[in-house]
Amino acid sequence: MNKKDKISDSKADIIYPIFGFIGFFLVISFLVTLIIDILIDGYEKLVDPSFYVSYPSRFPDKAGILSGWVGTMLVMAGAIFWSLLIGIPAGIYLEEYATKRGIIGKIEHIIELNINNLAAVPAIIYGLLALGIFVYRFKLGESILTAGLTLAILMLPVIVVNTREAIRRIPRDIREGAYAVGATKWDTVRDHILPYSLGGILTGLIIAASRAIGETAPLVTIGALTFIAFLPPSPFVSEFPFLSPEKAWELFMSPFTVLPIQIFNWVSRPQAAFQINAAAAGFVLLILTVLMNALAYYFRQKVRRKYIW
Amino acid sequence: MLTFITRKKILDRFMLAVFFTAGFITIFITVGIVYVLLADSIKFFQEVSIKEFLTEKEWTPVFATKKFGIWPLISGTFLIAAIAMVVSIPLGILIAIYLSEYASVRVKEIAKPIIEFMEAIPTVVYGYFTLLFVTPILQSIVPDLEAFNSLAPGIVLGFMILPYTASMAEDSMKGVPQRIREASYALGATKLRTAVTIVIPAAISGIVAGFILGASRAIGETMVVAIAAGMYPNLTLDPREPIQTMTGYIVQVALGDLPYGSIEYLSIFAVGLALFIIAFIFNSIALWLRSRIREAY
Repeated sequence: MNKKDKISDSKADIIYPIFGFIGFFLVISFLVTLIIDILIDGYEKLVDPSFYVSYPSRFPDKAGILSGWVGTMLVMAGAIFWSLLIGIPAGIYLEEYATKRGIIGKIEHIIELNINNLAAVPAIIYGLLALGIFVYRFKLGESILTAGLTLAILMLPVIVVNTREAIRRIPRDIREGAYAVGATKWDTVRDHILPYSLGGILTGLIIAASRAIGETAPLVTIGALTFIAFLPPSPFVSEFPFLSPEKAWELFMSPFTVLPIQIFNWVSRPQAAFQINAAAAGFVLLILTVLMNALAYYFRQKVRRKYIW
Repeated sequence: MLTFITRKKILDRFMLAVFFTAGFITIFITVGIVYVLLADSIKFFQEVSIKEFLTEKEWTPVFATKKFGIWPLISGTFLIAAIAMVVSIPLGILIAIYLSEYASVRVKEIAKPIIEFMEAIPTVVYGYFTLLFVTPILQSIVPDLEAFNSLAPGIVLGFMILPYTASMAEDSMKGVPQRIREASYALGATKLRTAVTIVIPAAISGIVAGFILGASRAIGETMVVAIAAGMYPNLTLDPREPIQTMTGYIVQVALGDLPYGSIEYLSIFAVGLALFIIAFIFNSIALWLRSRIREAY
């Protein structure tokens, strides 16, 4: 290395961080521009309370997101239920029970590979799966139930991976201690593994839900409607036991729309007035995503501080 | 009457079965995907020959003379993914080197979540931003840029996949042992020289795996392209023209009200199968590259 080389090299170490920071700054500017752009475009509607309690309409100034956000809540409730129902036990099995031997070991290996692969499948493929299986072969229709199941499949890999990571952080001593006083494996899981990993599982759930809440493509693919001017029936009734199974089934099978689909519909329309609605609804959705991610970040920090083994 | 211990043992066995079943169910998702894509694609290929599907250069399923050649959709998909990579790889590497070799812990703690958040933004919001903000701005710079084009969605996707191209690259560079860097510094190399000649080559499989996953994500992305790239199957490499991607076509058909079993309905499964195969190949390469990282040190 001659002298000239050395000089240019040491300069590079001063100049590079500047360029690197500019690169990072570009990303932040991109994000801020996006947020400010949709805030300005949608401001008029965002401050109008009737926007949140009106149904979609042919007239842009009367259109609102009531059926959109109610649909999003119901679909997400289903998606969270189904994804936890399968995801947590699957994660517990792979981390806590897996024997890794013989035929069962081979199946475990396949389950593991499969979950890694599922995480990388394009979301729209899950839409085709739901269209072909849930809508047409199981005849569940373009319903809240179908949508919940579809998004649950999308959330599943994230839940399993986070459950496993949370369980892996629990030291071996805890298990040994439980076994030493005569606890069975299930006792240990119920009384120790699950409570200690709950924070990590919750973080995974929020991250998965924040991705699913903005998903549009798979729900468009199953044929979700864009114009819904009614709310699904309430499953609650006035007389005991206050919950009617028929009404609940009607709710599950009810057609729906969700916020992202409402936005997609508005943004695809030629009239500029609908684009104000799209921006306003987009901002609501974006804020929901930001809040969920912030919550997950907070939980993660808190969990790390709570259990220091 | 069973004893306390026996009941506990039975419950323990039962819960093992429950957990195993939950794990086993996840396999059925993949089986379901493969089954549904194959079953409906086979029906599709009974009416349209595989030869036409793979050699015809036009995709006109809604015209009177229907032609099913998938190349316009594949070219549209790869054109957008290529533009995204052209934006994302230099920017990603620039940021990754900065974060892994130069930035303080505090800057890193702020930067990483922000970059990861790029992927959490609902894609329909990106779509809105692309169509109504990025495209108009680009139109004032690029002559003859149409309202629907592949340039704007490509650029936005380039930013969207930064969690793969910047964050994952940074993770692999961070994984290079510090002692290798120290050895390079001891020989008089600067940080940048060390990063370029030592750290990046050592972390290359992880970095490339991130790029491939990012490309796979861009190929499978739907809403940005459905909103901002147009609905026009077009065998072109001109980024100013409207095009259609594989995902865009599936959305277009799904938006209409098609009877179950019609040729258009079946065609989205054939396109989906092609997309699934492409994504599977990309992901397998990325997984293989990542498995090589562990062997390195």
